[in-house]
Amino acid sequence: MTTTPRVALFVTCLVDLIRPRIGFASIAALEAAGCEVVVPEAQTCCGQPALNSGDRKTAEDFARRNIALLEGYDQVVVPSGSCAATIRVHYPEILEHDAAWFPRAQALAAKTFEILAYLDEVRGWKPEGVALPTTATYHDSCSGLRELGIKRQPRRLLAAIDGLELKPLAGAETCCGFGGTFCVKYPAISNSIVGEKTAAIDAAGADLLLAGDLGCLMNMAGKLHRDGSPVRAFHAVELLAGMGDGPAIGEEA
Amino acid sequence: MSGGFAERVDAALADPILKLAVERTAGTAEAKRTLAIDAFADFEAARDRAAAIKDHVIANLGGYLERFEANAVAAGAVVHWARTSQEACDIVIGLCKAAGAKSVARSKSMLGEEIGLPHALAEAGITRVETDLAEHIIQLSGERPSHIIWPAMHKTREQVSVLFKANHRDPHTEETIAAMAESARRHLREGMLAADVGICGANFLIADTGAVCTVTNEGNAELSLVPPRMQIVTAGIEKIVPSMGHAVHMLRMLARSATGAPLTQYTTFYTGPKRPGDRDGPEEMHIVLVDNGRTAMREDGLAEMLRCIRCGACMNHCVVFRQIGGHAYGGTYPGPMGAVLTPAIDGLAANRDLPNACTLNGKCQEVCPVRIPLPTLLRGWREKSWREGLEPKATRAGIGLWAWAARRPRLYRTATATALTALRLLGRTGWLSNVPLAGGWTRHRDLPKPAAESFMAQYKKGQRQ
Repeated sequence: MTTTPRVALFVTCLVDLIRPRIGFASIAALEAAGCEVVVPEAQTCCGQPALNSGDRKTAEDFARRNIALLEGYDQVVVPSGSCAATIRVHYPEILEHDAAWFPRAQALAAKTFEILAYLDEVRGWKPEGVALPTTATYHDSCSGLRELGIKRQPRRLLAAIDGLELKPLAGAETCCGFGGTFCVKYPAISNSIVGEKTAAIDAAGADLLLAGDLGCLMNMAGKLHRDGSPVRAFHAVELLAGMGDGPAIGEEA
Repeated sequence: MSGGFAERVDAALADPILKLAVERTAGTAEAKRTLAIDAFADFEAARDRAAAIKDHVIANLGGYLERFEANAVAAGAVVHWARTSQEACDIVIGLCKAAGAKSVARSKSMLGEEIGLPHALAEAGITRVETDLAEHIIQLSGERPSHIIWPAMHKTREQVSVLFKANHRDPHTEETIAAMAESARRHLREGMLAADVGICGANFLIADTGAVCTVTNEGNAELSLVPPRMQIVTAGIEKIVPSMGHAVHMLRMLARSATGAPLTQYTTFYTGPKRPGDRDGPEEMHIVLVDNGRTAMREDGLAEMLRCIRCGACMNHCVVFRQIGGHAYGGTYPGPMGAVLTPAIDGLAANRDLPNACTLNGKCQEVCPVRIPLPTLLRGWREKSWREGLEPKATRAGIGLWAWAARRPRLYRTATATALTALRLLGRTGWLSNVPLAGGWTRHRDLPKPAAESFMAQYKKGQRQ
């Protein structure tokens, strides 16, 4: 890796509003991995809520808007599997009918990455000198897992943290019941699903819950906290950036 | 099955026995399927081939149907064509009446459920003997199937025991599964041997031989179809495969995906009625080929759904199905495949919840033996529902307001900063447990208190320093 890529960080709307720490951890990790990080100022959201609610026209508007915003960078990195998949998988799908925008959607898709996959596979990076003597368990968020093939990458990266022991999570690939707007449209079903997930998390016997999507993490951490579980939740990139000793999700700094 | 989707979901979630029953069966199926797929050499290539076989047939459906008809007729069967469920039922009832049938033995068929055949037979005053063990349970309890492979999956063996004791003439005395199965066997054999007509569905229709293939694990199809004078097959037109070789490939996919078994206990190909010199078999064999919306699905962007071989893997692996069971879906077909099919069969307006009540986690697509892109098809229904104005006003308003603001970054920053401040006032700790307008979230879980300042605001400040 001789050249320094100019990487746009698309932080996602949830990270922007709920947990900026993940954005700063992303910048730190990307810089450690030899990137020049730019945060395009006009970014807001990838448009996934519209896409998954059936509002196709609005989803296409967001796609065009973000393509124009992000296509000038060497690469685009997103600290969320589902938002990265929206750009990588769904922008080309929903703009396939648009002769002017389809090639641009494909070009952006080809250089957009979820952050853990990017650090591991594209940059070949591993955290150095990061220590966190504790135990953690990892939930594979569905979009990252099934739309982007993210499974080994976070585990390889986390294995490089000194003292961190990963404990297996039964049903790690089972959906946590978040599903974006699903969790507020069908709260009772979502609650039943996340209840089983948090029972499995508690049974894993780890101090920390890690994942790569803030939406899923908020869902699981919110349920763990409601039920009085001591398990604390972080985005994996926070640990990789050496920020795993700070406040977990829902803890005030 | 009364009330809307929300009421059915509430009832299902409040039923701990349902949860236990669904978990027992689906959990076992999931584990066994995993073992079977792991032991299968290159299952991914086999899925590709299965999908390609179905796509080829669906794209050339007319030709294969004509070929099937010609070969079935040559083997001595009579082929009937039905555009709608009503036409299909009329044909079956007409045949039963012409045969002077007082009772029919039916071997489980989801197509039969789809077209409302049990109801049509009852209206015609014809006694119906459901010969599949689970369908028998459902018939005794007066319910509808809750799963396409295990129609009685929502019932525990303890509930079934009570049902058998109340309904069988010579019921079991020991509380074992074997004794209960014997009780059902004694009861069902009488009905099978006394039936005038045997009715079944088809797992596959073999175009180059005119054969109809059924699979069961109980042998009830054979016992229902061979002794009576007349056999009637009702089958969806998408069940065609070109040849026996193709059928065998699909059978390998079907059994493993459904139960994890390499093959069903009974796999039978019926080619025409009894021939001269045969000791057993029906005098007449009728095959009713049913469209019931399938041609329209092919033209309306749902062609991939016609690949479905009804294995049930999608529902066995669905987190939503595992919580609410099959009845909550309200249609003939539950789970992810049902959420795609039911709006096509019964209309979107009454079923718009089905494609929405899904987390789009993609597990169903991952396990589908014919690679149906179920999440994509479910999204397609959501888009249609949005276009046709069927989505709730609150959803439309919420998405509309958010989208309007999120396309105006400067206004979005101001508006979200205000919202963050307001939200932070709602809690003293890092968690919010009751947020107005966000009851869907906070009824069941806490919400992490948002940041005092957004990432973008903090980042800009840092840059200025």
